[in-house]
Amino acid sequence: MTAISIEELRKVFGTFQALDGLSLSVETGKVFGFLGPNGAGKTTTIRILTGLAHATSGRAWVLDKEVTADEQEIAKHIGYLPEEPAFYAWMKPGEFLDYVGRIFDFPPSERSARIKELLALAGLEEAAKRRIGGFSRGMRQRLGLAQALFNRPEVLFLDEPTSALDPAGRKEVLEFIDQLRGQCTVFMSTHILADVERVCDTIGIINRGKLVTSAPRDALLAQYAIPAFEVEVDAADGAGLARWGESMGKESWVKTVLVDGLVARVIVSDVEIAKKEMMASITQAGLILTRYEVVRPSLEDVFLQLVGEEEAQR
Amino acid sequence: MSFFVAFRKEWLELTRTYRLLVVVIVLVFFGLTSPLLAKLTPEINKFVPQDSVISIQVLRPPIVEDSITQYVKNMAQFGILLAILLSMGAVAQEKEKGTAAMILVKPLPRGTFLLAKFAAMAALFAVSLAVAGIACYYYTLLLFEAMNLMNWMALNFLLLVYVLVYVAITLLSSTLTKTPVAAGGIAVGALIFLGLIGLVPAFGKYLPGELVTWGTRLMLGDTSTSWATLGVCLGLIVIPLLAAWMVFRKQEL
Repeated sequence: MTAISIEELRKVFGTFQALDGLSLSVETGKVFGFLGPNGAGKTTTIRILTGLAHATSGRAWVLDKEVTADEQEIAKHIGYLPEEPAFYAWMKPGEFLDYVGRIFDFPPSERSARIKELLALAGLEEAAKRRIGGFSRGMRQRLGLAQALFNRPEVLFLDEPTSALDPAGRKEVLEFIDQLRGQCTVFMSTHILADVERVCDTIGIINRGKLVTSAPRDALLAQYAIPAFEVEVDAADGAGLARWGESMGKESWVKTVLVDGLVARVIVSDVEIAKKEMMASITQAGLILTRYEVVRPSLEDVFLQLVGEEEAQR
Repeated sequence: MSFFVAFRKEWLELTRTYRLLVVVIVLVFFGLTSPLLAKLTPEINKFVPQDSVISIQVLRPPIVEDSITQYVKNMAQFGILLAILLSMGAVAQEKEKGTAAMILVKPLPRGTFLLAKFAAMAALFAVSLAVAGIACYYYTLLLFEAMNLMNWMALNFLLLVYVLVYVAITLLSSTLTKTPVAAGGIAVGALIFLGLIGLVPAFGKYLPGELVTWGTRLMLGDTSTSWATLGVCLGLIVIPLLAAWMVFRKQEL
């Protein structure tokens, strides 16, 4: 069953085309990671799906209801956390959640219980008597997540949910999103690839308003990620590694070489040739190896590869 | 149901941010000082040098009508000022800060969101004018004589409608613009425009200013009515609100 479906969505702001015929679908219960460089159209897509913006052309459905026709009905079943959640500064967090609960028509006892539950979840019990105006960005983000979950949404839209959080807060939020798997569909846009790799089971990559690819995470990694080689050298060989990296970049079987201090990450197009040639090349360069391994490709590698290919085709 | 939820939030905001208190204090201050000033004006005039231009005013004993005129003038002027200042950010500020987007993705219709804002402002001015009216009535009773209570209530009702015209116009401009300052600018423009066309007698008798004149006439014993003006002014409330709703329901947040 499909929770979100988008067909040929276009959005134009003056002369800028934010969405250029975007089409995708997200299955129910999945944690969908929506990846893309800045300005790719991620936030615009979420804003259209939540009814905050209107598409120039194309159609979109959430829970089988068209977003332009059934806004109020869809609103009952979704949660939304914007990139920078905004609140009424004069309210206390419990009051804001109470307002949200009243909008969703929760009976008083259930509303009160849900507020307590969500304040605990957001780690805001101690700050419950403080005004939101004095909250840090991280606290606002956690309260934003709490309000988005109030109605136990069937589809949860998260726009960069971890961008304002410290590492501990990020871990908590990601673990929480992970727990939502199967309970609701999560549509999460982010530029933090590690977050997507950690919690998302399906990934869509968008660039310049167009979907580059959409597939289950593991399938995507298997299909696109060619193993990378990591080479680490002795502390005295930093300059030599940089020179070696430069020369390797010219080899036909090498796609990219990233040198960072004493470590070089080599992404190749032909693994078999690489296995034969790389060690010989290192020896020839006179580098003292401290580590040499074939590493599992990261989503970052796939992302850079796909977006790079897309850019090259333009 | 959702209207009361939105209205409750708006009312809470007006009280928590002390806006209700400020409006009550300002209007009550002028409600109290209107009869006082009317009573003391001849005494004050005694301190004006005899050769001054002001001294040419007729120095007659103060009467209750002076208190009424002073009250109407103050309430009309400060009512409009407060109506514009308090309403200009109502929608624009929520759009600018992002709170409108946070709330309106939930099942709260945009029309309800707007109507609740207008209703809360109407309640704020109704309460403030009521308290100011009681204060002025009491002081006038102390310093002059009792006024016709029904006519006094009618005058304050007309003042409320007069102020609400500007609340509705400012809400529309707040919906049309992205910032409170721009909304305030448009509202002031509308105020000036209405003032200018009000100078033409054929139009002026149907514009909001006539409500104030009607209320004053009523208090001075003139029973002539301006029902058509009341109808026009109610239209000047409803039409901007409808226009705001039509714009807002299609607006991107």
